Amino acid sequence: MKIIVGVKRVLDYNVKARVKSDKSGIELANVKMSMNPFDEIAVEEALRIKEAGNADEVIAVSIGASQSQETIRTALAMGADRGILIETDELLQPLAIAKLFKHLIDKESPGLVILGKQAIDDDSNQIGQMLSVLTGMSQATFASKVEFDGDHLKVTREVDAGLESIKVSLPAIVTTDLRLNEPRYAKLPNIMKAKKKQLDIIPVADTGVDVSTGLKVIEVNEPPKREAGVIVKSVAELVDKLRNEAKVI
Amino acid sequence: MSTLILAEHEGGELRPATLSVVAAAQAISGDVHLLVAGKDAKGVADKAAKIAGVDKVLLADSADYEHEIAENLAAMIVSVADGYSHIFFAATAAGKNVMPRIAAMLDVSGISDITEVRSDDTFVRPIYAGNAMATVQSSDAVKVVGVRTTSFEAVAAEGGSAAVETVEAAAISDQVSFVGQELSTSDRPELTSADVVISGGRGMQNGENFAMLDDIASKLNAAVGASRAAVDAGFVPNEYQVGQTGKVVAPNLYIAVGISGAIQHLAGMKDSKVIVAINKDEEAPIFQVADYGLVADLFDALPELSAELDK
Repeated sequence: MKIIVGVKRVLDYNVKARVKSDKSGIELANVKMSMNPFDEIAVEEALRIKEAGNADEVIAVSIGASQSQETIRTALAMGADRGILIETDELLQPLAIAKLFKHLIDKESPGLVILGKQAIDDDSNQIGQMLSVLTGMSQATFASKVEFDGDHLKVTREVDAGLESIKVSLPAIVTTDLRLNEPRYAKLPNIMKAKKKQLDIIPVADTGVDVSTGLKVIEVNEPPKREAGVIVKSVAELVDKLRNEAKVI
Repeated sequence: MSTLILAEHEGGELRPATLSVVAAAQAISGDVHLLVAGKDAKGVADKAAKIAGVDKVLLADSADYEHEIAENLAAMIVSVADGYSHIFFAATAAGKNVMPRIAAMLDVSGISDITEVRSDDTFVRPIYAGNAMATVQSSDAVKVVGVRTTSFEAVAAEGGSAAVETVEAAAISDQVSFVGQELSTSDRPELTSADVVISGGRGMQNGENFAMLDDIASKLNAAVGASRAAVDAGFVPNEYQVGQTGKVVAPNLYIAVGISGAIQHLAGMKDSKVIVAINKDEEAPIFQVADYGLVADLFDALPELSAELDK
């Protein structure tokens, strides 16, 4: 069985996003970019499934600009077998990304697709669910545990009131939550080896997929700023302020 | 134009999130309809009909909707979706699970986590953990939208008198089945709708120490939350997590204890009305968003706070 994992190149999670002065988006020139943290968890899970003998091949897929090759190389250094980049300089909406993933799934026929539940840049949390509809593959989002049970998966999901378990038939699409695993670091020899692994680049135009969508970003603004507050000297002063100044208790 | 909302409910009661989604939908032209799908859900539908501003309730009463299985709910929604210009969901775990399916089934873009309705086709949503706000416009025939419930003040649960119309349940998926759940049981208010939230971070050191927060929460009728670091360390379960990828809260009072204030945590609480930070590191970024900061060891401050609240 093949596993496809999605890996997105995003602004590093430790870097604070700065809005461009022309309000067109976020400043991404000369800032540290990394693999979306949820996608690192997706890669790790795929590797563990392969190591447990439940899969033969892990394919890391990215959709984005040419520099996304670095993100795929990171996945290859972690242990993925080969990579595919669907190259586009456009910022595509989740529906378009889901359609491009479907295009690859039709060609590769994976038994399992593992995606991050959301990317920490646009915070959409949509692609896994959309891809389930487009491909007819089962959906298991926000996974904190994935267990094989014959031709089914038992997936423990993080929901608002706690945990829920569902059983889904394969092929399936799983999206990762934070507690699914702790991703490994790529070791230096593996980083060297990853440079020789196969990485196919497909221009988005060659896929024949219509990536136009009905949603456009008009402008991006700074959020309202909070005023800096005061430092109180004691617990007694704090409680006094909350009672008599802020009047919230 | 009219808006269809998937009502969320459990144990025979509507979740408060639905009242906030109704508020968001009222900013859209036309009627507001609620779909109540559930097992023995007539009682919930009757309650939904009383919500202020709701014009009609659709009731799909079937054991197939006992659990919130995305495939089944999505099929149900799409079976009644004809004619609606907008389909709204709460941006809860359940809503996020279904909303993008509806968008894909209708071949339109989903619009996640809106915090503002500018017009019938234009919305504002946070991106980059709330460090930027994107204004987006949709030209799709149907706007499929997730609503950040803390950004819209809940409408009144009483005062309306909508008709309840029973609709046929849709076909269900044979690809997925419900196995079980482990839900937290607590007498405290629910985290996302509590007036006061007290959260602990890595500084709490272990799960047992959260009892100190529980004690204070009891005195303030507060919900208890946590930072990702505290959840990852196993101090408390996942449902406590406040942040970019956990729950977003906006209570009247948020007390952050032993939380440094990573960008990802701030994303989940910075819209709180009053923020208090208790941290022994005066350089902690949490102090930059706090209205009241107390530089102190939490193991000294919490017992003092508990005693002071008794006065």
